[in-house]
Amino acid sequence: MERIPILRMGSFLLVTIQVDMHDQLAMTLQDDLTSAIAKFEARGVLIDISSLEIVDSFIGRMLANIAAMSRILDAHTVLVGMQPAVAITLVELGMSLPGVRTALNVESGMELLHALSESPEETEADGAAEN
Amino acid sequence: MSKLAEIFQKHQDDIVADWSKGMSSANRRKDLISDADLKAQSTELFAAIAKASKTGSLSDIEGSDWREVREILSSISASRAKQGFTPTETASFVLSLKQPVNSRLRKEMAKDPEGLIDETTTANGLIDKMALHTSEAFLTTREQLIARQQEDMLELSTPVVKLWDGILALPVIGTLDSARTQVVMESLLKTIVETNSKIAIIDITGVPTVDTLVAQHLLKTITAARLMGAECIISGIRPQIAQTIVHLGINLNDIITKSKMADAFALALQRTGKIVVSMNKAAAPKKTEHGKDN
Repeated sequence: MERIPILRMGSFLLVTIQVDMHDQLAMTLQDDLTSAIAKFEARGVLIDISSLEIVDSFIGRMLANIAAMSRILDAHTVLVGMQPAVAITLVELGMSLPGVRTALNVESGMELLHALSESPEETEADGAAEN
Repeated sequence: MSKLAEIFQKHQDDIVADWSKGMSSANRRKDLISDADLKAQSTELFAAIAKASKTGSLSDIEGSDWREVREILSSISASRAKQGFTPTETASFVLSLKQPVNSRLRKEMAKDPEGLIDETTTANGLIDKMALHTSEAFLTTREQLIARQQEDMLELSTPVVKLWDGILALPVIGTLDSARTQVVMESLLKTIVETNSKIAIIDITGVPTVDTLVAQHLLKTITAARLMGAECIISGIRPQIAQTIVHLGINLNDIITKSKMADAFALALQRTGKIVVSMNKAAAPKKTEHGKDN
C-alpha cells in the first residue's frame, strides 16, 4: 500500500507530501505520524506541502487535525511551502487552520521549530492562548 | 419586388449623391472624417442596402439577407466610437438617409398617393431599424472599451513592491471588491513565493472606505498569506476608518496594525532582525541630539 514516508531528524520528524493526497492516504499518514511521534518522542513535526497542488476540505481538516494531535502529544507542527493556489483555496473553503504554524520553506520551518522547542514557556503560553 | 426596392436599384447613384450632399450641408465633423471617406462609406452601405432589399424583407433587418448591411453598419459605428463621435452623430449618419429616399419616392410615385404613404412608412421603418442597430453597435464598442480600461486599471492598481530583503509592501488604491481582492491576493502570494518574503505590509491609505465586505476581503488575503508562512501588517488606517472598523464590530485583534507605513516598515525590519542606524554613529550621544533637533 502507498504510504508517505516519515523521516526522523534528531528530535524532529520530517514529512514530505509529494503525491496527490487522497482520503485513505491522509488517514494512513495521520495514523503513522501519531505513532511515530510517540515512538521517537519527537518535539516537532515539519510537513512540507510544496508539491501539493490540489486540496479539498478533507485534506485541509486532516492537516488541522494532525497539528492538534501533535500538540496533544507535545510536539509542534510547522506547515511549510504552501502553494499560493492552495492557500487561496483553503481560505475560500473557510479553513484558516488556526493553531497551525506556517513557514515559507523547509529552512525557515526548521528555524521556527528550533525556536519553538528552545523556549518551552512561551510555546505553552501560545498553546493555551490558541485553545 | 416592392416599389421601394425597385427605386433603390434604379436610383442608387442619385440617392447616394443626394445623401452625401445632405450630409455635407448638415453639421458634420470635418475634423474627424474626410468627405472622401464619408462618400465611400455611404456608397458601400447603400449598395448593400439595395442588394439586400432585392431579396430580403423590408420590415425586418435581422434576416440573413441583411447580414452584409448589419456588418457594414457595425463596423462603421465601431470605427466612429473609436474616433470619438457622439452617439447622436453616429445615428444621424443613418437617419439622414431618410431625406433623399423620401424625396425620391415622392418624385417617382406622385401619381399614387396611397402607395406613396405605404412605401414612405416602410422606408422610414427600415431606416429607423438600421439607426437602432448602429446605436447598439456603438454602445457595444464603447462598453468593450470601458471593460478593457477597467482591466488595465485592475492590473495597474495592485503593484507589489519589495521594500527590503524579505519585506514586501502592497499599497492598495481604491475600493477592494471581490474581483480585485482575487487579483491582489494572487499577485501578493506569487510575489511572496518568488522573493521568499516573511513579511508583507498592506497599506490601505488609498482605500476610501472600509466596510465589512472590504474587511472580510482583507482578512482573507492576510489568512492566505499566513498559510503560506508570511506575516501581514496593515498600515495606513485613517482615524475615521479606525472608528468605522470598531463601530462595525470587525475583529482585527489577531492582526498587527500600524498607523503609518514607516512604523510598519520599522517593525518589519525588527522582526527580520535588522536595524537602521545613523551614518555618524561614532558620536552616539550626538545622535539623540540630532533626533531632538529634527
